[in-house]
Amino acid sequence: MTEQPDVVLSDLELDAVTELVNLGVSRAATNLARMVQEEVILTVPKVALMSRHDAIRTLGERESQSLVAVHQVFEGEITGRALLIFPEERSLELVRAVVGSELSIEELIELEQEALAETGNIILNSCLATIANALESNLKISLPEVLRGESSRFFSLEPPPSAGTTVMFIYINFAMQRRDINGYLAMMMDMPSLAALQTLVRALIRRTGVASGS
Amino acid sequence: MTYKLLIVDDSKLARMAVVKALNSCYPDWQRVEAGSAADALSAMERDAPDIALVDFNMPTRDGLHLAGDLRKHNPRMPIAIISANHQREVIDRAAALGATFLPKPLSDESLLGFLKAALRDLEGAVS
Repeated sequence: MTEQPDVVLSDLELDAVTELVNLGVSRAATNLARMVQEEVILTVPKVALMSRHDAIRTLGERESQSLVAVHQVFEGEITGRALLIFPEERSLELVRAVVGSELSIEELIELEQEALAETGNIILNSCLATIANALESNLKISLPEVLRGESSRFFSLEPPPSAGTTVMFIYINFAMQRRDINGYLAMMMDMPSLAALQTLVRALIRRTGVASGS
Repeated sequence: MTYKLLIVDDSKLARMAVVKALNSCYPDWQRVEAGSAADALSAMERDAPDIALVDFNMPTRDGLHLAGDLRKHNPRMPIAIISANHQREVIDRAAALGATFLPKPLSDESLLGFLKAALRDLEGAVS
């Protein structure tokens, strides 16, 4: 059953959130491209309000294979989680892209876990910090945690966000074609955060000089 | 003249990236690596490094707190805070400590710019 969201964003507010995410992800992609020395291709961010159940189901339908994710929780006026997710079978290739090809396979395997954590840390931090700066807000960002398994599990973790059933679900595909690495960046915010986000976005719109609701 | 550089990051990969960048500009400098704030403080007492590069996002004690501790040991030490978390508050707190903020991933250019400024400070203090 699809639940109806309790907070409704206007078209302009939704557009502003999409643009914010776009800014954040573009900065993150620029950093990732520098790390792997290859162009990173992004899709337009998808921003949707949906129930937590539907968000988890969407992820589950999208990916059936085993995945690896770098997970960070952000807390402040808005609270939620951000994940960098890609197929587990390509994780060593991503590590190789980041650390360089001169390392042996044994060295790569030894470094894999922390290379994934550090890569995710750079990508997610640069994205979240860009969004926080644009909103003139401050976020406390947790240390990165590497998770493995199915995508549905990644968004079922506690704690936060734990309150509310409606979430803002954001995801963006990225691809490094030469290395055949595809993945996506996803964020989820709960209901109280959504109301706070709406306040921050309205302030941003006012600062930008655009009449709210136009 | 060569200097001793303290590199603090809980990620070995990130420390490798700093060493690689350092090798391209000052290969003869000594390096002291630390994987935590506690290790960094031990290294500070044991090795008396001249310059510190400190990751912000570390477990137990973050890089800004560590920078404050390092300042108590050596008030004139050039310190860089390295992070992909470029929120204004982080940059402002680094500046308040007299530290330079360097964005991750660290580029050769930004590291070199910081080290050149650090050298000017250190050699200006000596002369």
